[in-house]
Amino acid sequence: MLNIENIDVNYGAIRALVQVSLEVNEGEIVALIGANGAGKSTTLRSISGLVKPQSGKIIFEGKEIHNFPPHKVVEIGISQVPEGRRVFPLMTVLENLELGAFSRKDRAGIKEDINNIFLRFPRLEERKQQPAGTLSGGEQQMLAIGRALMSRPKLLLMDEPSMGLAPMLVQEIFNIVKEINQTGTTILLVEQNARMALSIANRAYVLETGSLAMSGSAKELAENEEVQKAYLGH
Amino acid sequence: MLSNFFVQLMNGIALGSTYALIALGYTMVYGIILLINFAHGEIFMSGAFVGLILVTVFHVHIIIAFLGAMLFCMIMGVIIEKIAYKPLRRSTRLAALISAIGVSIFLSNLANLIFGANPTSYPPTKEILFPVKSFELFAGAQVTNLQILIIATSAILMIILQYFIKNTRIGKAMRATSQDYDTAALMGINVNKIISYTFAIGSSLAAAGGVLVGIYFGVVKYNMGTLVGLKAFTAAVLGGIGSIPGAMFGGIALGIGEMFAVAIGLSSYRDAIAFGILIIVLLVKPTGLFGTEIQKKV
Repeated sequence: MLNIENIDVNYGAIRALVQVSLEVNEGEIVALIGANGAGKSTTLRSISGLVKPQSGKIIFEGKEIHNFPPHKVVEIGISQVPEGRRVFPLMTVLENLELGAFSRKDRAGIKEDINNIFLRFPRLEERKQQPAGTLSGGEQQMLAIGRALMSRPKLLLMDEPSMGLAPMLVQEIFNIVKEINQTGTTILLVEQNARMALSIANRAYVLETGSLAMSGSAKELAENEEVQKAYLGH
Repeated sequence: MLSNFFVQLMNGIALGSTYALIALGYTMVYGIILLINFAHGEIFMSGAFVGLILVTVFHVHIIIAFLGAMLFCMIMGVIIEKIAYKPLRRSTRLAALISAIGVSIFLSNLANLIFGANPTSYPPTKEILFPVKSFELFAGAQVTNLQILIIATSAILMIILQYFIKNTRIGKAMRATSQDYDTAALMGINVNKIISYTFAIGSSLAAAGGVLVGIYFGVVKYNMGTLVGLKAFTAAVLGGIGSIPGAMFGGIALGIGEMFAVAIGLSSYRDAIAFGILIIVLLVKPTGLFGTEIQKKV
């Protein structure tokens, strides 16, 4: 479904990604793990078109998309839950969800999807007229996820959805990720919480200072000694 | 005493509502791309001249001229952004600011070349609109029909703008883009288009202000955009740059402040008062009255 082939991304003199290649197949949850600054977010930002790779290709369903502007990437079926949630703080919960559907024109379908999100996250419905900035961290994360689903993505990119949340909420968020996957959305998940990520993913990649260090099935990686040492705290 | 107070208040609101119209353009553009568009005052000047040409050369009705000037500047604002600011989007903010100053100098010199250095008169109000009459509201409190027209026109434009920003799809996208540029793009919003809309709306409001000022004061001049532009910028800063209600409030407050300064005999300092306000706001509360500290994550 998604193929990244040897992309390089530089921020000025800093080389953020060096020859990174990865693949996501339809129906999978693929985890991308690594330390701070390893290039996980940059990978997602490249897919979304927020940064342009200096070289390499990004191919989605057979189409080269590495020169697409961000709004085009959304139109072809890729949406992102950005790092740190990034809800629009001064806009209401409802407006945030409506913005998630910006690329769509089918009013009835949008309404239906908003209702579905309210069914999944009842707390968002209670607060639908409240500015998103007044929500708690967990609620904001749910809003960010709901908002990303509003474009009906085929591929959902999630950047650290568990960041800064209480352990109980972390579990809840991962359950939600699994549920979204089960309803047919492919997921590329970036996480520092490697244990959780590997527990729900089919496959995973490990990024170290901008390059791929390892890849394999989530099970393999979770049992790998180096991964255990570096990311699972054994 | 009270009647004089009221007269000055009306003068101030009429003047201030034109400042407010112009201030909106500064604040909207800043809200989205964090640029002080120093060419905005020249767009206001261009609007005043376009309205004048439409009335005197093409002999159209003043209402058509008013709308024509808005349309002309709408297109002009979009083109300026495409030529002078868009290529610098990824450069430092200072580069775009210098480019804006360049556009400002270019436009005022161009106007000087076309219209000359002397002030040009607008046709008398009674020929293009109606004879100016004063109404007495109560005990000597007077207001002219022209003032009412200017205040009402500005108010209508601002209400339309508020409705547009609050309720329409594009308006919501504009608010989203001003709150978080990258995330707006992740929603499928074409931010380049939103920036064009912002320049289009801001510039057309400045043109409206230009024609109203032309009618109200009767003269237009190639360099009129500099001072009025700076005052409108002051108004935007006073209200809190980036805040739309702030720009409306700031404009009217500045207009009233200026007229009262004139009324108490400080007319030679009227410009100093505006810039005194600018300095005080920047020193005491740089976010202005309605501004919020926006925390940008790098």
